[in-house]
Amino acid sequence: MAVTMVKKQAGLTGNSAVAYAMKQINPDVCAAYPITPSTQIMEDFSSYVADGKVDTELITAESEHSAMSACIGASAAGARVMTATSSQGLALMWEMLYIASGLRLPIVLANVNRALSAPINIHCDHSDSMGARDSGWIQIYSETVQEAYDNLFQAVRIAESEKVLLPVMVCLDGFITSHAIENISLLEDAEVSQFVGGYKAQHPMLDTDNPVTYGAMTLPDSYIIFKHQQSEAIGRAKDVVVEVGKEFGNRFGREYGLMEKYRLDDADVAIVILSSAAGTTKVAVDELRAKGKKVGLLRPRLFRPFPFKEIADALKSIKAVACLDRVDSFSGFGSPLFNEIRSTLYEFEKRPKVINKIFGLGGRDYKVKDAVGVFEELLKIAETGKVETLIKYITL
Amino acid sequence: MNMGKMKDLPIGGVITEGGTAHEYVTGGWRKLRPVLDKDKCTDCLICWVMCPDSAIIVEDGKMVGFDLEHCKGCGICAEECPDKVKAIKMEEETG
Repeated sequence: MAVTMVKKQAGLTGNSAVAYAMKQINPDVCAAYPITPSTQIMEDFSSYVADGKVDTELITAESEHSAMSACIGASAAGARVMTATSSQGLALMWEMLYIASGLRLPIVLANVNRALSAPINIHCDHSDSMGARDSGWIQIYSETVQEAYDNLFQAVRIAESEKVLLPVMVCLDGFITSHAIENISLLEDAEVSQFVGGYKAQHPMLDTDNPVTYGAMTLPDSYIIFKHQQSEAIGRAKDVVVEVGKEFGNRFGREYGLMEKYRLDDADVAIVILSSAAGTTKVAVDELRAKGKKVGLLRPRLFRPFPFKEIADALKSIKAVACLDRVDSFSGFGSPLFNEIRSTLYEFEKRPKVINKIFGLGGRDYKVKDAVGVFEELLKIAETGKVETLIKYITL
Repeated sequence: MNMGKMKDLPIGGVITEGGTAHEYVTGGWRKLRPVLDKDKCTDCLICWVMCPDSAIIVEDGKMVGFDLEHCKGCGICAEECPDKVKAIKMEEETG
């Protein structure tokens, strides 16, 4: 159900909160195709369009491939563009994701994380967005409904920053976050419009006095130049994420950075985990801390670009680290968080032991006892210096 | 468009002005060259309509020749020239 009145506090599902954020941002164009568990975002948002609450041109496309294609066209035309999807929907956008980032179009996409088929499953894991991790999109993972809501506004600013000009994917966990009601603080419409500001594209196709071409062929003499520019831009995005998160904090009292560190500073061992499962892990941290065990948590918020330097600094003096991936990249050598973090720490002569746990695929429950189990294994590794199994499925 | 320094190219491969295809000479791709027999030509301009490279030069409503910097030698003009006229022949490029 769409939010019909503005209150400072409201109990909202993740999807309703994202739709409400989109209403407040009031994008020029939104092209989408519904898919569980993100459907409610577009359902709510289409009510805002129908009720005249936004000025958005809503394009109901016949597939996600078309939805992303329409987003690209609209963004190239000079519009501020947003969309939402999940799982197979993101997979069907795949080809176009690279075109959005390659053409440097600041589209904002809310991805409600859901497992990829087969077997078919509508519940949460990160196989959809992790598959798109090298598509040139900035990726921000949200732990809570509040954070998903807040991330949308920041995503607009990050995407449209002159230093960046790249599309941003805001991820939230399917059902766990998208369908759970959380009491969150809402911003006033005026606060949102002041924060996100207006958008003026550098080379809008609809400016017929200054005709431009998008999507021209590049040959071996120039393709690499554009990819190098793109690579530098996504590198610069890291600082912009920090700046925008700080400004958001100064204005609204909720500051966001590259990562969240929970009882990590004096920890002997740590779990690194994304999104909503961090909440469960924090309960395990508190339980073990109460028993005098020095355990902590690191939750990366920004995954692309990967803030390798900052994460390495946060983990380098820990004795043993477990990276918990809600995805198997089927590489045979662990999953994305593990690969990134282990590689990041290779720089240091004295570095933590790093293990990988693959958990919670297709919405399988990840409980406090699962996190406690991982911490106990880590404490043993810290004590003995020996890793028994480097990569292992848990929550089986 | 002045390409200038490669690293300063507009991001995203955007071409920031119109009509740049004219500056990109593609005639070098040609293997067959169209040759016009002006005595036969009726200036019907079907070739001008059909040419995919806008390489038929027309002045005052008359077909006067080919823009050989952009003609790729596809032969569509020769094919489409009406059967009773056949004023265009494709010949091997020798150069």
